[in-house]
Amino acid sequence: MDTVTINVNGKSYAVPAKPDRPLLGILRDELDLTGTKYGCGEGQCGSCTVLVDGQPRKSCMLRLGSVQGQAITTIEGLSQDEALHPVQKAFLEADALQCGYCTPGMILTGVALLKENPNPTREEIIDAMQGNICRCGTYNRIVTAIQTAAGMEVK
Amino acid sequence: MNRPDTLMAPIQAHPTDSSAVGSMDRRRFFSLLGGGICFAVLVGTPGSQAADAALRFAAGKRNPPQVGAWIHIGENGLVTIYTGKVELGQNIRTSLAQAVAEELPLALDSIHLVMGDTWLTPYDVGTFGSLTTLQMSPQLRRAAAAARQLLMELAAKEWGVNPATLEAKEGQIVHPTSNRRIAYADLAKGKEWLEEIPAETSMKHPQTWTVSGKSIPKIGGEAFVTGRHRYASDLKLPGMLYGVILRPPTFGAKLRSVNTEAAKALLGVVVVRDGDLIGVCAPTEFAAREALDSIQAEWEPVPHPSDQELVEILRKTGVDREEMVQQDGELQTALSQAKTQHTASYTAAYIAHTPLEPRSALAVWEEGVVTVWTGTQRPFGVQEELMRALELPYEKVRVMIPDTGSGYGGKHTGETAIEAARLAKGAGCPVNVRWTRQEEFTWAYCRPAGVFDLRAGLSEDGKVIAWDFHGYNIGTAGIRHTYDFPNQEIKHHRSDSPLRQGSYRCLGATTNNFARESFIDELAHLAKMDPLAFRLHNTSNKRYRACLQAAAERFGWGTWKATPERSYGMAGGFEKNGYNVTCVEITIEPDTGKIEVVRVVMAFDNGPVVNPAHMENQIEGMVSMGLGGALFEEIRFQDGKITNARLSRYRVPRFRDMPAVECVLMNPQDEPLAGGGENPIISIAPAIGNAVFLATGKRLRHMPLKLTV
Repeated sequence: MDTVTINVNGKSYAVPAKPDRPLLGILRDELDLTGTKYGCGEGQCGSCTVLVDGQPRKSCMLRLGSVQGQAITTIEGLSQDEALHPVQKAFLEADALQCGYCTPGMILTGVALLKENPNPTREEIIDAMQGNICRCGTYNRIVTAIQTAAGMEVK
Repeated sequence: MNRPDTLMAPIQAHPTDSSAVGSMDRRRFFSLLGGGICFAVLVGTPGSQAADAALRFAAGKRNPPQVGAWIHIGENGLVTIYTGKVELGQNIRTSLAQAVAEELPLALDSIHLVMGDTWLTPYDVGTFGSLTTLQMSPQLRRAAAAARQLLMELAAKEWGVNPATLEAKEGQIVHPTSNRRIAYADLAKGKEWLEEIPAETSMKHPQTWTVSGKSIPKIGGEAFVTGRHRYASDLKLPGMLYGVILRPPTFGAKLRSVNTEAAKALLGVVVVRDGDLIGVCAPTEFAAREALDSIQAEWEPVPHPSDQELVEILRKTGVDREEMVQQDGELQTALSQAKTQHTASYTAAYIAHTPLEPRSALAVWEEGVVTVWTGTQRPFGVQEELMRALELPYEKVRVMIPDTGSGYGGKHTGETAIEAARLAKGAGCPVNVRWTRQEEFTWAYCRPAGVFDLRAGLSEDGKVIAWDFHGYNIGTAGIRHTYDFPNQEIKHHRSDSPLRQGSYRCLGATTNNFARESFIDELAHLAKMDPLAFRLHNTSNKRYRACLQAAAERFGWGTWKATPERSYGMAGGFEKNGYNVTCVEITIEPDTGKIEVVRVVMAFDNGPVVNPAHMENQIEGMVSMGLGGALFEEIRFQDGKITNARLSRYRVPRFRDMPAVECVLMNPQDEPLAGGGENPIISIAPAIGNAVFLATGKRLRHMPLKLTV
């Protein structure tokens, strides 16, 4: 059996699995990092979004072998020392969730956006988030949450 | 790997020997709930026996349906509500806690809800139909008020004072004149009291609410933003395998032959065959699907119609199966007297609920008892499905519902629960079954498709004097209305549905209302009246009129002129004891006919609002979901297959589709409470269609609405 070493949330894991397996199943089933969700398996919904070297990536479309040596961050690795990340706090404040299933993917996509562009316009937020689906329809609140997290004045 | 916390609940607490009922006493009941004071929250006939219910409950027997919930004041100060309702994102964990915190009163974080556990919570028909706020919330509120009265009486007795001189606040009974105070926990200490709610219990008027009616953030929200919350699809048990099912390639295909040898030879793979169910279990889902792919199966297809034939099938099979839903006056006479007659037919496609968490279930067998964690809106319904499928008595099936990744009426059934239980039995270990998105699109159920034939007669002065409505296949939700039509026949036809169909958010009201409110718009134009004026002219319903006026005012109705590229429309709706009126502003791309909704104003009256922020959140959600059904969503099928069973082929609303949403919460304080998670969805599609007509003169009579240029 092959072993692939990956770095997730600052920890190194030697995963006994074929390098062509999708990262999503490895995270959820092997590493028990179940905050990353399955929604479609074809990169359409963004529920499985993780950060790879800071970039938002759909983990259902990533092969295990392709992320060796890169820093993977899942929702479990976002808050440090029990303190919530500003984007997490903003989601709670803006009530930007209902069932919460899309929330980890939304938050990580938002975190990546703010790192790249600390003061995004509403349009830029929508552009960055367009690949994530919230079936409960909290889209406007998610935009507000990301604006709040950016410290922008919310219109 | 973590054992789910929920498993720590007392699985062995119920005796499985039903003959033990007679020897049960309240001790066993309180050994389950902990000492303290427990109120039985009664539904239906008052005077039913709380004690009997508790005994049956303690014995592991199903309680009589009169007990809807338990509310338990523990010796530790924690108040626990046991309800069979479940949380799927509609935030009733929060709103129900608010209701109890209001009446008892105490801090929200001292209230804990045990929800949807068939062994710990009383029987509940299911979380649907906007019933939680309509029924469960007032029942819990009354129970909490009764608990407050009892605690005050206890404190009064202890201090030798008049109960009327006492106050209850923040988990304590207080005697202001002597500054004495005692915690609810201390009053509950050492008691094992089971109480029924006295008839004379008085509750606070909504105008005096301080916790209810306020925008409290989602209780437990932190578990969701950190990814810590475990949905059914996230649960694991030691030794658990992942199970996948061999499915026919087309609807109804019969298995002719199967060879599972290659799968069986794979390391760690267990093939289970149980009657017509063939499944594969493996330590990872990936390995299970690889093994499934190695199975060679031959199937005998059966003929299945395509979506091209749908309208014809629904008409043909439904034409003779007609039921009268409502009849007033003399329809035929009124039609013959009408100045203008008008007829039109509408259609609506099947659509998929597409909950972001596909169906999933984890099942484990222990000493003949099967425990299943799954995401469903009907925990007790799924328990019954399991009892039938596995031929087990009530006592041997436990269903627990972790807060679920949404449902929208699409998760009333227990497909994965049964599959997981059968595979776990065959494999001899816990099994988790999680459907793929394609399975969810193919093997779950759709919102029914519909066909509608409408006919109306108008009088000289623009009144609808005759109304003739035929709906096919869609059901009767939203088929009635709030207009003053003196002569009418409203009929529903039961058709044979080519696809599996079931409940939906506000059921068929989404399409019955589309047909009606679009047709009303047609009539308004025929009568040469403004659609707002026409509606006001034809209804005397106070609450509906108030919504019409409020929505129009906020929207700025009639203050600007529609063009072929920018337009506006209106529709109203009455269902689930609530009223709404929606005004939309749309743009139309002249080259492509692409319709975009840029602004929605919704006036909504569902009685006193329990949590305004969550109510607005729900309305925004229904604008989004309503938009999907209005503009994009349509299940296509051919040759026994769903041809767009993927999110890349089934378009749901995304960020860019979302309009600005303004809610006008009517919030009448003297009307009864009503649910809010369904009604507002029903007027989105007709409002958009009406706006398209105003812009282009084209009447779109099929959902989803497509404008071809």
